[in-house]
Amino acid sequence: MNVQFRELPEPASSADAKTAIADCDIHPARATKTELYPYLAKRWHQHLETYNAHPYQGMMDGPPYPKAQPNAARRDAYPPEGGPQGSSLSFMQQQHLDPNHVVLGVLNPLATGQGIRNHELAAAICSAINDWQIEKWTSKDCRLKGSIVVANEDGATAAAEIRKRGHDKNFVQVLLLSRTVEPLGQRRYWPIYEAAEEVGLPVGVHAFGFGGNPITASGWPSFYIEEMVGHSQCQQAVLASIVLEGVFERHPKLKMIMIEAGFGWAPSLSWRLDKSWQRLKSEVPHVKRPPSEYIRDHIYFTTQPMEDPERRDHLFDVIDWVGWDKLLFATDYPHWDFDDPSRVLPPGVSEPNREAFYLNNALKLYGLA
Amino acid sequence: MTSPVAGGVDCDLHPAVPHLTSLLPYLNDYWRDQVTTRGMTDLVSQSYPSNSPISARPDWRPAKGKPGASLADMQARALAPFGVSYGICNPLFGVQMVFSEDMADAFCRALNDWLVKEWLDKDARLRGSIVIPVQSIEKSVTEIERCARDERFVQVLMLVMGDMPLGKRAYWPIYAAADRLGLPIGIHAGSSYHNPPTSVGWGSYHIEDYVAQAQAFQTQLTSLIVEGVFARHPGLKMVMLESGFTWLPSYLWRLHKFWRGIRMETPWVDRAPLEIVRSNIRFSLQPIDAPPDPQTLNRLFDHMQSDELLLFSTDYPHWQFDGDAALPEGMSPELVRKIMIDNPYATYGRLKQLALKEETP
Repeated sequence: MNVQFRELPEPASSADAKTAIADCDIHPARATKTELYPYLAKRWHQHLETYNAHPYQGMMDGPPYPKAQPNAARRDAYPPEGGPQGSSLSFMQQQHLDPNHVVLGVLNPLATGQGIRNHELAAAICSAINDWQIEKWTSKDCRLKGSIVVANEDGATAAAEIRKRGHDKNFVQVLLLSRTVEPLGQRRYWPIYEAAEEVGLPVGVHAFGFGGNPITASGWPSFYIEEMVGHSQCQQAVLASIVLEGVFERHPKLKMIMIEAGFGWAPSLSWRLDKSWQRLKSEVPHVKRPPSEYIRDHIYFTTQPMEDPERRDHLFDVIDWVGWDKLLFATDYPHWDFDDPSRVLPPGVSEPNREAFYLNNALKLYGLA
Repeated sequence: MTSPVAGGVDCDLHPAVPHLTSLLPYLNDYWRDQVTTRGMTDLVSQSYPSNSPISARPDWRPAKGKPGASLADMQARALAPFGVSYGICNPLFGVQMVFSEDMADAFCRALNDWLVKEWLDKDARLRGSIVIPVQSIEKSVTEIERCARDERFVQVLMLVMGDMPLGKRAYWPIYAAADRLGLPIGIHAGSSYHNPPTSVGWGSYHIEDYVAQAQAFQTQLTSLIVEGVFARHPGLKMVMLESGFTWLPSYLWRLHKFWRGIRMETPWVDRAPLEIVRSNIRFSLQPIDAPPDPQTLNRLFDHMQSDELLLFSTDYPHWQFDGDAALPEGMSPELVRKIMIDNPYATYGRLKQLALKEETP
């Protein structure tokens, strides 16, 4: 949705159990280009002014597929004091956190060092973003929790950042993006999973990013809608890679979250993986169990953009197959495809499932229960 | 087991070219010389390594040679047991992998002529798909027009992973030719390997490539729909072959939601994606990526909200099912009839014509 038409309820003085939600995908933005500079060494200010970020795609500024509207964000989400959508804590509180009774908001910064070709710069920006999350957001509102962003193409440096921040209670997960140089199960990324398991944080994989590969197996498509719909196909390839490379065999305590790529595809992918594994397991002897079991045991999904079938019994079938205990509600605030918590789940859900969906799964996964 | 009905159509059979040298009689002097002088190797795609378990069912694997190379085997394993009236041959010889459009053109012509002589001429039930040198639109159209004169060619065949997304306007002359000649476009699993097989790069394993075919079909369907192929050709059918289909409902929910949100980007898309799929897109039955219990599968059929989307296939000689269980457990006789007879005839216009001709002497 572009604009929230529903009249917002008065903020509850203390969020009551019936309406309290966890929002597992909120995107904080910088108010200005230079907002990050206090957290970055001087040499990088000059570097960024001269050469920009130099990502794995051609555009100096902005995305190669123009968004449907500025910053892919809601038109009613510009803060009154100026700056882009999602850049003001007070307006985020007023427009989203308070009226929607968010008791836990997980921050997923997107424009970070991830997908930058200069790995040293990537690490510096990621570290700066982590400092910035604490100073601008999590230290100012205890409902908000940060994500440790890491220079994911450089496993060793990423692992060091995870170990440095892992026990800081401002952070509840490690954040990766889905489109990387190689599929995320591959060994260049293994130090990330090792470090995350060691510090006891789940790893979220958010749709987006650039890794230099065409975003379909037949090259570059034409339209933004293809990129958006295609995130679920990217995420399937990511998940297949992680399972088939044996990441969960090596890291039995590791949990991962598929963020903003839907969940309806997961049952069909699991069945396809199982069927193929039955035939081809001699190629991957390190995969000891049917792939669907690793997915069931290790993977969570954020809900937005929620699959929207014509018939609600179809939605409930799919959620039954994925597991009511595996979904984490998310709005994607302030982005245009925001899911409204009051409308996202059709009627007919039991109270325990409803509470698990909106709140309890997240509190449990993030160790905040 | 669900019993087949007689008179059906097997929409996905794979006759194998024994070796590149088997095509020598169908090549001109220049290309015959190129193949022999340069010592060209056989064109076996990594998508289907000959010895991979998915490339042939254990009990269908021949003592020697490539699986699918023997007509007698195909007759005994696939055509006879399921009582089909027609079987559509989709050769997966790796002609799409070569980078020269001239070479690809020569090999495609040879492959199509080989199919006629070695298969279609030898069993009246067999029908063919026209393999095209897709790097050259012009040569592809010429080859479609050349082969289409033989009514036994019933569709045009493309691979799901190629140089560009299939909806791209550059490909449209191919679709126009197919539409004009009454040929559906068959899109089969497999890659030219001109791009990495996933949207996030090269996986480590063959199993990843195979699993990734389903995601490639999904992105291709998006491309075909949003580029407007079916607004231009509302009567054109496209058949997803060896694609799997259990991903379709949730994929469409997602596509539909985004289409409603940003349809201003592609205003020429004149119908909802769901509607386009129901009228223009078909899927071969195998593989069935679902658990073996009939209850789940029947829920999935219900999610598809149409009994017209699936076309019977054995995917011979690939290993998709065991015994005679090409049709999954728990399928109603009405659905079996739709999948085996009504849907294939409604899709492949050229089959219908032939069937009618044969009925009226």
